[in-house]
Amino acid sequence: MIVIVDYGSGNISAIGQILNRLGVSWVASKNLSDIDAADRYILPGVGHYKKTVDTLQNSGIKDALTRNILEDGKYLLGICVGMQILSFSSEEGDGVGLGLVNGSVRKINKNPMAQNLLCPHMGWNSLSIDDINRDLASGLLDGVDLKKGFYFLHSYYFDAPAENVIARTTYGFNMPCIVTNQKNIFGVQFHPEKSHLNGVRVIENFTKLK
Amino acid sequence: MSMLRSRIIPILLMSNGGLIKTTKFGEPKYVGDPINIVKIYNEKEVDELVIYDIHASRNGFVNLGLLERIAKEARMPMMYGGGVSDDVLAEQIISLGIEKISVSNAYITNPNFIKRLSQRIGTQSTVVTLDVRWEGDKYSIYKDNGTVRSNLDFVASCKDIQENGAGELVINLIDREGSLCGFDTEIIAKVKDFLTIPLTISGGCGSDSHIDSLIKEFSPIGVGVGTFFIFKGKHKAVLVSYYKHGFL
Repeated sequence: MIVIVDYGSGNISAIGQILNRLGVSWVASKNLSDIDAADRYILPGVGHYKKTVDTLQNSGIKDALTRNILEDGKYLLGICVGMQILSFSSEEGDGVGLGLVNGSVRKINKNPMAQNLLCPHMGWNSLSIDDINRDLASGLLDGVDLKKGFYFLHSYYFDAPAENVIARTTYGFNMPCIVTNQKNIFGVQFHPEKSHLNGVRVIENFTKLK
Repeated sequence: MSMLRSRIIPILLMSNGGLIKTTKFGEPKYVGDPINIVKIYNEKEVDELVIYDIHASRNGFVNLGLLERIAKEARMPMMYGGGVSDDVLAEQIISLGIEKISVSNAYITNPNFIKRLSQRIGTQSTVVTLDVRWEGDKYSIYKDNGTVRSNLDFVASCKDIQENGAGELVINLIDREGSLCGFDTEIIAKVKDFLTIPLTISGGCGSDSHIDSLIKEFSPIGVGVGTFFIFKGKHKAVLVSYYKHGFL
């Protein structure tokens, strides 16, 4: 069973609707017993980095998730802010993250290559896969039309070392948009639950990772 | 370099739980049930979808139950506008799974509201829609569905909206709505140079070539389309359609 971590953020119903269509059992929950019982997690996210991390920390969800993911090797998919908080830190509100994937979160238009581009990065953008993690990419992106890409809506991005990047999108620079710990933790900057068939495929692929 | 594509956005108008389509903000015509139309647009894989409840402000009522059902059905990003003058209500709508909230009247009556709204729901979710008329010598901003002219200066307002934390500006040309006569590119030129947030323009789309030429000149830009995606033929029969991106 998948737990969609419910800490008051949006898009749970859209993700749940896709899981229903795929015939995957899921529950939206913040109960620690549900988290312990689950075999994988989706961490959605709309909103503020620091606020999100604080909520997870104060509710005990952070410890429960970390234990299940790091000790038991359960799979995690973070979406948008749910991906960003996997990092160690962020420029957004000087937040300290979950520290599950190397890297830190930065403002898009502070990158010199993107300073003349519109911010937020809003709309559909293509993906390219990094060679270094092509095997991991083939699991998560199987059947995905990379050129069509996904829907993005964000002002900050996950600045990760090359070994933690599965795919990038081009917005002035080659911005990481899928990150990983190279094992069981994945984060996507885009919104798969709002990216039509490509998004459905990513969620379906995630439910089958092993 | 950017591979980001322009967003082609069907704009739906809601009134009392049904969808309607107006021309120059008048002559309402019933279009259909919102959930059905969202399902059709899922199949067509539209870039984004916008819903304005055009009587929510007047009625003082936002139909959260319907928005929840729409959000659950939608597999594309959604923006909602209508009757939102309270940042807590906006946050509630976001939590239903709507990505962006647009305000119009609330901005015109209290320009400072944008700052509070963006602090609560984030810049990326905060949108201001300006209903605008060209009046021979200048653009004027209207409120209450195009019936009351505000005394706000158009260009100064656009700058103000951006500085106060909005993440997108939508400019809607009242007198082009439903006219199929093409977009107003002059108004884009007036704001394009200083805007650092995404811009969406609506009002007047009547053909794919109107969209193509807008993208060619201004990409990346949001292109709002109403009548052209909803009606076909001179009798205005309802036939929902969409645009085909060149890359596909």
